[in-house]
Amino acid sequence: MDIKILGSGCANCANLEANTNAALAELGLDAAIDHVRDPGQIASYGVMRTPALVVDDEVLVSGRVPSPDQVRALLADRAG
Amino acid sequence: MTAPAVHHPGAALRRWGGLALTTVAWVGLYRVNLGFWEWLLGDVAGMDLESRAGDSLLFFVYDTTKIALLLTGIIFVVTVLRSFMSVERTRALLGGRREGVGNAAAAGLGVVTPFCSCSAVPAFIGFVAAGVPLGITMSFLIASPLVNEVAIVLLFGLFGWEITALYIAAGLVVATVAGYTIGRLRLERWVEPFVFETRLRGQLVDPAQGLTWDDRFQMGREEVATILRKIWPYLLVGIGLGALIHGWVPADWFETHAVGPLGVPIAVGLGVPLYSNAAGVMPLVEALYDKGMPMGTVLAFMMSVVALSLPEMILLRRVLRPPLIASFAAVVATGIVAIGYLFNAVL
Repeated sequence: MDIKILGSGCANCANLEANTNAALAELGLDAAIDHVRDPGQIASYGVMRTPALVVDDEVLVSGRVPSPDQVRALLADRAG
Repeated sequence: MTAPAVHHPGAALRRWGGLALTTVAWVGLYRVNLGFWEWLLGDVAGMDLESRAGDSLLFFVYDTTKIALLLTGIIFVVTVLRSFMSVERTRALLGGRREGVGNAAAAGLGVVTPFCSCSAVPAFIGFVAAGVPLGITMSFLIASPLVNEVAIVLLFGLFGWEITALYIAAGLVVATVAGYTIGRLRLERWVEPFVFETRLRGQLVDPAQGLTWDDRFQMGREEVATILRKIWPYLLVGIGLGALIHGWVPADWFETHAVGPLGVPIAVGLGVPLYSNAAGVMPLVEALYDKGMPMGTVLAFMMSVVALSLPEMILLRRVLRPPLIASFAAVVATGIVAIGYLFNAVL
């Protein structure tokens, strides 16, 4: 699973990364998180409000910070 | 999140009941605010509320409580309402609009779309790469911070609804006209070329879709916490300075020490580096107005503080070349100065 967090270093991007890490730990998944900060790359995903969560090149969430439970549900869908 | 909403009568009762109780508590606190502090400082602590120190202290605690309550209530409501809107939807609404009408629509949408200037760069690329004209995109980016909820809350709390309505109308006019002017100036050559070359790929997710009421309420609570955490130091300093001016500067000081016709441009110039202090500047500005600074100058100062900010311009440098950033600042500043003179003349 290829996980990316899009965001140019705002507080919410760090929160999203933390929640994603928590969700991964709970699921027992071992996946690296790639933090994308370049605005051109962020925009190329069609994301206009950061932070965003991208899994296998698909934008799952943008413009808000989902709770660890919500991230876990999204990731479990993907992994399952 | 995307699962179909399950009907839980208990959860619904808890949600709406909680909202009703919170609303009642909020209104109660707002009502007793002045009375409570007068009682505590005057009757309990035995202070002379007519004295300078007493008057300043009362002003400080009363204003702090009032603004904290207004911010909490209005940011929550605005965030919940805005959760039905998204930048994606706004862009879809703006695609294919003609300049003029499109600028006005962009300014209006800038007010209702959930947006933070930290996302200005990806949004700019997203709009322009999708074919929204440069001027219309700028109208959106100008209106969004200019007519923002923190500024509106503070204006409403400090000056009442008439001035707030005037400010909103003036902000929309500035954003519409400035964006239209930037469009007419044909400045596309000063946009970094990679913006036009950005390919938008992938399926768009609309963040406004699939949210439950509980999600929206949660977003509202988080937004209140985020904003309060960010602005409280500025707010306290601003209210503190305001309280000092309130108690110590003689009434009509600014009328007798008028800066003359240059007051408006000076106020606008001072507002540019003050962006991060937007929340703190408003209570200060209230005190200045109390001491006779004209309303047009006061409003121009506020607009400049929130609309023209050095940090945002530095951020926009990623996508805009300096001549375009300079034109943007010059056009917006001119618009704000004009609004300031107009209000000074008619109010």
